[in-house]
Amino acid sequence: MTLSILIWLPAAAALLGALAPGRWPGRVALLGALAALGIAIDYVIRFHTGDSGLQFVTDRMWISALGIHYKLGLDGLNVFLVLLTAVIFLAAIAFANLREWPRPGLFYLQLALAESAVLGAFCAQDLILFVAFFDLMLVPFYFLTGVWGGENRLRATMKLFIYTLVGSLLMLAAAVATGVTAEPAGGSLTFALSELQKLPLSNGSQDWIFLCFAAAFLVKMPAFPLHGWMPDAYEAMPIPALAAFSSVLSKVAAYGFLRIVLPLFPHASHHYQELIMLIALGSILYGSAMAFTTTRARLIVGFSSVAQLGFIVLGIFAFRQTGAQGALLQMVNHGLVTAPLFFIIALVAMRHGGSEDLRDMGGTAFRAPVLATVFLVVAFATLAMPGSSNFVGEFLILLGVFQSKIVIAFVAATGVVLASVYMLRAYIRMMHNRPGPRTESREMSWRDGLIIVPLVAAIIAIAVYPQVALRKSDPTVKTIVGNGGQVTATR
Amino acid sequence: MILAAAHLKGPHIDWRSLSPLLALAGGGTLTLLVGLFGSRFVRAVLVPLLTIVAFGAFVGLSIWRFHHSASIVAGALRMDDLAFVLDLLLGTAGIATVLLAWRSRAVEEAGHGELHALLLFSVMGMAVLVSAQNTITLFVGFELLSIPLYVLCASELRTEQSLESGLKYLIVGSVGSATLVYGLALIYGATGSTDFGPIGQAISSGSIATDPLLLTGVALVLVGLAFKASVAPFHQWTPDVYEGAPTPITAFMAVATKAAALGIFLRFFDVALIGTQDTWGPALAALATVTIIVGNVGALGQSSLKRMLAYSSVAQAGYMLGGVVVGTQLGVKATVFYLAVYLAMNLAAFAVVVARERETPWRDDIRSVAGLGASRPLLAWPLTIAMLSLAGIPATAGFIGKIYLIDALVDGNYAWLGIVIVVGSMISLAYYLRVIAAMWMREAPEATPPVPAVRPAMAGAETAAETTRYPELAIVALVFGAASVVLGIVPGPLFHLVGHAGKAFGGLF
Repeated sequence: MTLSILIWLPAAAALLGALAPGRWPGRVALLGALAALGIAIDYVIRFHTGDSGLQFVTDRMWISALGIHYKLGLDGLNVFLVLLTAVIFLAAIAFANLREWPRPGLFYLQLALAESAVLGAFCAQDLILFVAFFDLMLVPFYFLTGVWGGENRLRATMKLFIYTLVGSLLMLAAAVATGVTAEPAGGSLTFALSELQKLPLSNGSQDWIFLCFAAAFLVKMPAFPLHGWMPDAYEAMPIPALAAFSSVLSKVAAYGFLRIVLPLFPHASHHYQELIMLIALGSILYGSAMAFTTTRARLIVGFSSVAQLGFIVLGIFAFRQTGAQGALLQMVNHGLVTAPLFFIIALVAMRHGGSEDLRDMGGTAFRAPVLATVFLVVAFATLAMPGSSNFVGEFLILLGVFQSKIVIAFVAATGVVLASVYMLRAYIRMMHNRPGPRTESREMSWRDGLIIVPLVAAIIAIAVYPQVALRKSDPTVKTIVGNGGQVTATR
Repeated sequence: MILAAAHLKGPHIDWRSLSPLLALAGGGTLTLLVGLFGSRFVRAVLVPLLTIVAFGAFVGLSIWRFHHSASIVAGALRMDDLAFVLDLLLGTAGIATVLLAWRSRAVEEAGHGELHALLLFSVMGMAVLVSAQNTITLFVGFELLSIPLYVLCASELRTEQSLESGLKYLIVGSVGSATLVYGLALIYGATGSTDFGPIGQAISSGSIATDPLLLTGVALVLVGLAFKASVAPFHQWTPDVYEGAPTPITAFMAVATKAAALGIFLRFFDVALIGTQDTWGPALAALATVTIIVGNVGALGQSSLKRMLAYSSVAQAGYMLGGVVVGTQLGVKATVFYLAVYLAMNLAAFAVVVARERETPWRDDIRSVAGLGASRPLLAWPLTIAMLSLAGIPATAGFIGKIYLIDALVDGNYAWLGIVIVVGSMISLAYYLRVIAAMWMREAPEATPPVPAVRPAMAGAETAAETTRYPELAIVALVFGAASVVLGIVPGPLFHLVGHAGKAFGGLF
């Protein structure tokens, strides 16, 4: 069995389902996502801990004239992110199945295509293949937002697409330039990451190439000055798409830093270390402040993601093993909490006449203790309560940053405090306080519970035993950040 | 006497290499004659069929002489693998045009035989042009390509815009031809030869590489060819002519003329003038930059799909010029690859535009495709793919084409032009996505449209357009839409093919 099956199964199933009538497209897509999760779990179980290299490699020549390989593989960096993707998309597709969508065939096809593209981006071990999947995963979200989105969807899709593709196209040019400039005299052109690592670029070309890659990743996350598309797009996206987008797609960008930027452009990464860390710091402070002031429930989560992704980038660019490990763990944690948060917001909004504005909400907990409890667990995990896995992640990140840049670490630590402020504010305004004008407190249905409760169980499980993820990623992280450390030492 | 004639030795004629051109010439003559028959069946069915057969023979005979490079007609034409690949593209474009024009107003008004004969002769001009090996054949091919096109643009005889389009193209095209021939004369004056090979030798051996006479000649030739390839700032005719011409003809001009013009760009600049590449390289790169920016910015505000595609074709010409600029084999291959890709995505787009033009009263306005995703998915998908491919989204052929061009540019030390291509693609997203948004995210407009003022009242004009379906248009759209995706996922065979085209220029790196 190869990774290709895992990647393409969801899309293939949904394509089959799209031809079926009635409610079948959703069910078939759900089956595809379920099968993909099963395969992903199987890969995690068979994954050999303690090995820093690639496992389960598929390597075939895709375009021989350009040296582009169809190369897939798992290692400590992506094995849990692949699992996360399978989990989140299954939840999103299941959540979508409980609702009615016009033109369901197309809807589930786009959602499943997004899953395939994200899985492909995580597994890709060739630079151009990664760029292709990275760009491709945007197309389904363009349709999902534009066709099934809320108000202002056309403006939102335009912004989303142009912002993110500007970054992606720059990255494409930079990726081609990486391969061509690294090409040894008399050698042949190659884009396989493992080969490119052995061919160091000159410092001058590293610098501009690094900036192009960083632009693409920072837009996608989004990071503070490049987040302009985020509020509109988050408001317009349908909830299942938004849950997948916010939980998983931002992680692809952070993962790109670890997979591509640090190993291939070590000099430039150190050169721009402070710039990127300042951007990350700006994201933490700006995201927290905005999350505290906005009254739109979705945007609270959106801006909190900006802040959380800031933490993750800080961890990566600390160039310490603890920081990178924390970042990797935090990617999984953040993905696991974001999706249920959006589902819960959708459920709570349904109990307030469909309004997602905090001012219309309140008093939901009165007759919905289970919903309130579930929400509380997720909220605590988001604000990194000690005992949660997010706490472990943020602690490791801050530890790494302390070792690397102590001033930045001090400022960043305030972000942890701010997180509890905005999360608790959101919780209180939504669940407690005086009921809003159209509030109707109802318990969540068992079907919705069937989707949200397992996610919450996963949050608790990883909180109890985060070592599972840490141990599997340990050797790979060591090789990646270890290289970075050596470069610092020699300078 | 008879015996003496048998002993008379005529010049050796390489029928095999000449056969594709003969197929076009014979086909053109035949359709013209058959079109004179009065029977409706003969005119409306047999003539298009004959044209397709002629194009098919052209393609088939081209394949027959594949790998059999030869210089024919006393070295005036070189039938090599570059010519072969471009001939394939031209033949495909010709067949698609016949299908698009079938049952259109243009063929009814201009006459079936005449229109198809002109089409065949125009393609013959293009085929001559892309294998031209001296400046005389270059000019003959150039004119044989252009003159039928002037007429074809005006072939909707009762539409003011079509006539205007033909006249405009005639005037601008003549200026281009005059400039070209003047430039060719100057180059002859400077080098003393009309053949590409000796011109190249004269430039590389002597000290005339900086001769003002030669450089003026090169500049004038560049301008003349730039007119035909609609390279900015000589592109101003393009939107008007594209908009006014009957849409099938617009499609033909967009893909076939572009292929022929880029083909002669490659041949003339990379063979005859390669010795002065240092001089014209930067100039051509600057023109490409201007073209990319002007084309993409110009397309932004267009509400007519044909005008939008016209500006988009200007921008795409700019991308493809990048492959000429670098003057390497890789550049040749990248240009030819992009030409093939460009053909597929544009024909898919134009087929949908033609279909909607006939089905809705909005002509080629963007409203004609509004709500298409829900009502006609078989038309909406090809257009969606075409737009994504033109924008260069992964899993489409346009993505691979752009990678190849950027690869050639970085390799040829023109990395900055690669960045310009990327910037151009970013701008282009705005208008390509507008079409996709109209198809999938907007409702079809109200059923009672304002009567377009430009459409003249014509006796016996078809009124029951809504009920007529045009399966041939959907087929063209689907075939080329599918090609745009398949070539994006399995580009290997096309790479193999253009690899041969690149090897046609042995002198390049």
